[in-house]
This record gives sequence, C-alpha cells and structure tokens, in this order.
Amino acid sequence: MLRALIRVAVVASMAGSALAQGAHDLDRGALDRAIKDSWRQAQPEWLQRLKQDDTQALCSLYRNNPPADIAAAIQAREKAAIKYPAAGVALMGDWKKGERLAQSGYGMRFTDYPPRAENGGNCFACHQLDPKELSYGTLGPSLAAYGKTRNFADADVKAVYERIYNPQAAVACANMPRLGASGFLSLEQIRDLTAYVMSPESPVNK
Amino acid sequence: MIVRKRLFCAVIAGLMLPAAAALAAGASDDATERELEKYRQMLKADPWSNPGMLDVDRGEALWGEKRGPNKASLEGCDLGKGPGKIDGAFAELPRYFRDADRVMDLESRLLWCMEKLQGFEASALVKRPYSKANQSGTELEALTSFVASKSNGAAFAPQLTHEKERAALALGEALFFRRQGPMDFACATCHGDAGKRIRLQSLPYLSQPEEARQVVGEWPAYRVSQGTVMTPQHRLADCYWQMRLPLVDYGSEVTVALTMYLVNQAKGGVIATPGLKR
Repeated sequence: MLRALIRVAVVASMAGSALAQGAHDLDRGALDRAIKDSWRQAQPEWLQRLKQDDTQALCSLYRNNPPADIAAAIQAREKAAIKYPAAGVALMGDWKKGERLAQSGYGMRFTDYPPRAENGGNCFACHQLDPKELSYGTLGPSLAAYGKTRNFADADVKAVYERIYNPQAAVACANMPRLGASGFLSLEQIRDLTAYVMSPESPVNK
Repeated sequence: MIVRKRLFCAVIAGLMLPAAAALAAGASDDATERELEKYRQMLKADPWSNPGMLDVDRGEALWGEKRGPNKASLEGCDLGKGPGKIDGAFAELPRYFRDADRVMDLESRLLWCMEKLQGFEASALVKRPYSKANQSGTELEALTSFVASKSNGAAFAPQLTHEKERAALALGEALFFRRQGPMDFACATCHGDAGKRIRLQSLPYLSQPEEARQVVGEWPAYRVSQGTVMTPQHRLADCYWQMRLPLVDYGSEVTVALTMYLVNQAKGGVIATPGLKR
C-alpha cells in the first residue's frame, strides 16, 4: 500500500503541486543519478545507507508534513514492526546504563569502525533530561521529570519504550531517529534508556 | 603580499581559556558565544590576526606559481568571469561552465583548472582534500581560501540563467530535505527550524534566507577547535559524516547542488571569509 501511495505522491508532485517550489521541476531520476555519482569512492556495502525506505521517501517528499492518510499508513506500519523484550522481561532496564547511553553519541560514523564502544543514544544532543546536565540540545522537547509528571504509569513506560524504538509509530515523519527499528540500539539498550526516562530513581525525575 | 606575523596565537589563547572555562563550569552557550564574538570584533579591527589568513596568503602564492607537470600557473583559470579574473568570482559560484558542461562550485572548478591547466591528476588531489586538525591547509584549501577572500564585501549573486544551474538548485533543495541513512537524517533535521541547538551548539536555520545570509558567507572558515581552515566542501562532507553516510566525493554533483541551494538561500548576504568558527 505504501508503494502505491508513493507512486501517487510522486505523480502528484510532478503534476506541479505545492512541493514543486524550486526554480526547476526536479526530475526524480536526476536525484538518484546524482547520488549514485557522488559517492563513487564509497565502499559498496556503505551505499545501502543512501537508499531510502518507504517512510524516508515519503517524509522527504512531504517535508515531514504528510497528508493524514499517508501519515496514518506510516504510523501503522512502523508500529507493527516494533519488537519487545521476551515475555516476563520488564520494559525498564538499568537507568544508570541508560544515563551513559543518553550521553554518548558514538556509533556508525565511518570513523567509528571497527567499533571501539557500543552505539550511544545521544539523547542529550536534542533533549533536556537530567536537569543537572546543562549541555543539552533543543531539537526535541525537554524530557526533564518526564516520568514523574506522568506518575510513572505503566502505560507511559510502554509509550516511552515504543517512542525510543520507533518514534514514527506515534508521529509520522518525526525528526527523531528510529533507533530500534534501524538496529542502531539493541532492545536491551532501549530498556535501559526507558528506565533512565521513567524510573523514579533516575536523576531525570529527581 | 607577504605573510604578516601577528600575535594571533596570543589572541587565540585569550579566546580559548575563557571559552573552555565557561564550558567546564557548565555555563550556558552564551558565555562561549560572547567570547567568540569578542574575537570576531578583534578580527574585524585587524583581519590579519585571523589564522585563516595564512591559508589565504599561501593560496595567493600557489595561484601565481608555475606548478604541476605542465609547469603552469592558475592565472589562466576561468572561474566564470574570464581567465585569471578572481575578484568577485566566488560570489557568483556555483555556475555552469561550458568547457566542463556542468555546474561547478569554487572547489570543483579549482580542481578542474589544476587538472586541465597544470596537469595534476584530479584523482590524486581528491584522495586527501582536507587537512587534519592542527595541520596547515591542503593546497586546495589554501587556494579556496584565497579565491573566496577576493569576494569579501561582495554579496552572493547566484547564477540561474542556464538550465543546468536551475537544475542544480532544484537538486540541492531536494537533497536538503532528503532523509536517509540509519538515523533518518536530512540537512533539514538540524537546519530547518529557528533557535535550535545540538547540545550547546547553535544551529543555523538554513532554509530561512535571513539566517542563511548571515552564515553562508563565513565559509571557508577558520575552526578554532581544529586549528584549520574548513572549506564549504569539507563542511558539507562533515555533515554527511555525522549523518552516518559514507564519505561524499570532493566536488561531487551532490555537494555542488547543496552549495547552490545554500548560496541561493543566502542571496544578497555579504561574503566575509575566512570566517571564525568554534
């Protein structure tokens, strides 16, 4: 269904929709060719990263503001792909490990190979969390006292886990990376980060 | 023109200490930014105290020197305003060049001239186009710094008369909003909104002309944290690195198109290079 939606969307934009704001109507084949020609020195196994999945293609086309039907389709598909810990394993892991992950921006840049550390969540790049940490970014909302203001409810623990695993299950074309869906973070790491945001003991909630 | 040895090291030390102290104390971004602003004001009063001027100076010497297998200087290089005409050329780049039948920015054009006029092998030049931290600039960096500085005070005047120039702009705009890679990042993820920052680093809102006009003309820039000049090509390659994509080719169609988009956003913005960046 998403494939069909992309096709419809591309045709619509070629017909001269509001998206054709550039001085020139872009031939989409030209974009693909330019990308192919601009990474000639890259290793073949790295070129996969330049290919878009359906969600990336749609969010690019609509500049993160897709029409309602496409947004709903993205959210449903992303939600269906969320993986959870095995039965009986809590959604919250170790908040102390989560804190280290929230601080680390390491992983998957071409200078990060061979890996010298585990991938980090880099949460502080975009969010305020522990209010004592003053070096935080503002691309995402403040998450200070996030668990506390929600009375540490189980439903919110699950929502946070899902939000870290795949924010586009809740908000189509959200800016935040789909850290679990892409495999950038493991389920274990996402559990630790969930604890960092939602545990009563975490400095985020102090 | 000779290299004027000024006490810029002392100036840098004066900048770095309070900046580092501010960060260590967890002070807000503002304190660091204020120190940088103080430094920028000092540079305005005496432009030769900018360490990036060493690369400008070296670039000027390289421009006139007979070099390469052909023992030719770059004085026959046409940057768009005729062979050897440098003044104001950077302000009108990227542009379409008939001889190459493609749109080129300053850096890809310099590469072209070094290959065609001087006989250098482009593939060898692009293997390591960027200097590492605390090294003096590569030849391409020095030449880029020199030519860009010859447009200081001029306003960006993007050339969009040729069909391929308009196509480059459209491509650059599409690339700016294109999400890709394991983190789903587009340029717009970080540069598509006002007043945002990563950690304490302020992010320019580049899809908005007001902010683009203020910052695009500062590149090439001397980066205090790296101790080197960073060119526009390097700046873009670094963004793609952070976006978890492979190293983009120097002077590629993609980076030239993005440059066209940024320059068009910054249309009318005044060029003041080398800028000074953290």
